[in-house]
Amino acid sequence: MSLNPTILIQNLLNGLMVGGLYALIAVGYTMVYGILRLINFAFGDVMVMGIYFAYYGATLIRLSFPLAVTVSLAGTALLGIVIDRLAYKPLRNSPRISALITAIGVSFFIESFAVVFFGPNYKPFLDALENKTIAFESFVIGNVYLPKIIFIILGITAIALFILFVIVYRTKIGMAMRAISADIPTTSLMGINVDNVIGFTFAISSALAALAGVMWALRYPSFYPYTGFVPGLKAFIAAVFGGIGSIGGAVVGGILLGVIEMMIITLFPTLMQYKDAFAFIILIVILLVKPAGLLGKRTVEKV
Amino acid sequence: MKRYMVFFFTFVVAIVFADIKIGVLLPLTGGISAFGEWTKKGIELAREQRPTVLGEKVVLVYADTRSEKTEAANAMARLTDKEKVVAVIGEIASSNSMAAAEIAENRKVPQVAVTSTNPLVTQGKKFVSRVCFIDPLQGTALAEFAANTLKARKVTIFVDIEQDYSVGLTNYFIERFEGKYKGNVQKVQYKSGDQEFSAQISQAIAFGSDVIMFTGYYNEIALAAQQARSMGYKGYFIAGDGADAPELIKIGGKAVEGLYFTTHYVPEAAKTKKAKDFVESFKKKYGTLPAMNAALGYDAYMLILDAIERAKSKDPVKINNAIRSTKNFEGVSGLITIDENGNAIKPVVIVQVKNGKFTYVTSIEPAQLK
Repeated sequence: MSLNPTILIQNLLNGLMVGGLYALIAVGYTMVYGILRLINFAFGDVMVMGIYFAYYGATLIRLSFPLAVTVSLAGTALLGIVIDRLAYKPLRNSPRISALITAIGVSFFIESFAVVFFGPNYKPFLDALENKTIAFESFVIGNVYLPKIIFIILGITAIALFILFVIVYRTKIGMAMRAISADIPTTSLMGINVDNVIGFTFAISSALAALAGVMWALRYPSFYPYTGFVPGLKAFIAAVFGGIGSIGGAVVGGILLGVIEMMIITLFPTLMQYKDAFAFIILIVILLVKPAGLLGKRTVEKV
Repeated sequence: MKRYMVFFFTFVVAIVFADIKIGVLLPLTGGISAFGEWTKKGIELAREQRPTVLGEKVVLVYADTRSEKTEAANAMARLTDKEKVVAVIGEIASSNSMAAAEIAENRKVPQVAVTSTNPLVTQGKKFVSRVCFIDPLQGTALAEFAANTLKARKVTIFVDIEQDYSVGLTNYFIERFEGKYKGNVQKVQYKSGDQEFSAQISQAIAFGSDVIMFTGYYNEIALAAQQARSMGYKGYFIAGDGADAPELIKIGGKAVEGLYFTTHYVPEAAKTKKAKDFVESFKKKYGTLPAMNAALGYDAYMLILDAIERAKSKDPVKINNAIRSTKNFEGVSGLITIDENGNAIKPVVIVQVKNGKFTYVTSIEPAQLK
């Protein structure tokens, strides 16, 4: 196959978009890990709940789409806090493995809850949109077609990440979050309510996952309770790739993973059927070569 | 003591007036659950209209396959071993029907697949039949339609490598199409559940395709069609009966407008009184027109009951013999004759998505495709 530049540009943009969505979820993984040393496997499922909230907000309650998304973000933020309070807080001082198993339990619980409450079938996300052709409109420059949705998603992702960085690095609560990730006991001695800050972290990261979910559904407008499984897994890999615990790393890891995945199958179309395997190969390689991840700090664990 | 007597009495009654149990093996959840739901609707309607056979009540035992092969085999074993059903309706997807068929064969319980079109579903099997045509016919019909009606010269086929149906249909299409225009077909692959198709679409566009053919199922077709349009693909879309669920339009929206597909049934083409009555009663019960799977599910149920009546027995082997000797059974999707391999011989219907609706285009008789 001759590789023409149009295809290259289209797929590069596509990879950037998917990578941006991975990054949004990966940020959640990494923030929670940074603070609690807990891998919250439920983020993929929180993402799906975000899609359901937006979908039902727009179809059932008939909110306008932006309002439905806002409601969905608020709802998932609340869900994040509830998950933390019910599932993880009682285990703060237990061995880390207990919390990890609980995270898997939470993931199964949310999936099953969605199956029972929303039904096991694929739902058409187009129902929630006023503009039903948004998923396949494109900008045409000469004979190059660039899907509009990709630019919308890239723009929103950039804005969301910018706001996140401002919160984490420019506000008091962000400073508290960073302090907690360095040392929990000392932080609480400084008069910071650790549980509230952790709750806030869960709220932010859940809302980001939901935002990623809604945009995922804009690009792939059919979803069901298990839709979050693969993106959740990829985002986890992205977080490890970039260096788990580092927010910048999660963003870089997410975007790189998305672009690499898309570029490999663009350049070697015969490998298409192994697409999902590349993420895992990258994970293995990074663990072997640079276990702390691209931007992670190597820490020595003292026993 | 009295309580035990009551128990004992109900037990005896249960044995004497045992119901006839028919298993229904369907993908009620997972990737192709829309097919399962529609089939279930058709079967429920059929049971409502004909609740008894040989003077006994028919009981339907549902088993969900979650649209997966392994679960299809498990569910089938549950139906035959635990529920002791006399016959099984299902599955929909060829891969799942094949997984279940091994058990049907082994336990000697007749299985009637609904829309599993891959030849291997019934090949070499004595207890597996179906109420639909098979893929050599469908693939040929698609190839002829693409070559003659759409004047296609360059075709890219999207193959779902996890589905036997998709792989088979692709090959039958290529066999016929390459016979006319050699080297003008390109295959690209994906897997059930994939959502991102831009790499495959780039290839299709670079190949200069005037037709993209999907041999998988509706969910992936809808997503791929949207992405193809957003990347500037202007040609035709065609597909096999895997596209035939109203969910295709719900998910795909305007992107699937104009798509042609081959299938088994379309309510508009109902000619006989029986077929028209079915459409009416379906509309009355569910408030919507029957989808293809509803009609074939209905036919599968009626065909099994007809066979039980002819066999005059609840013995699965005798029922199977009766199913296999079905001749000109009048179903709502047309006359059904089961051949010596267990396949039904029926015309192929071509349907187009037009103004957000499935619109009948034409029917092709098997004899026209020789």
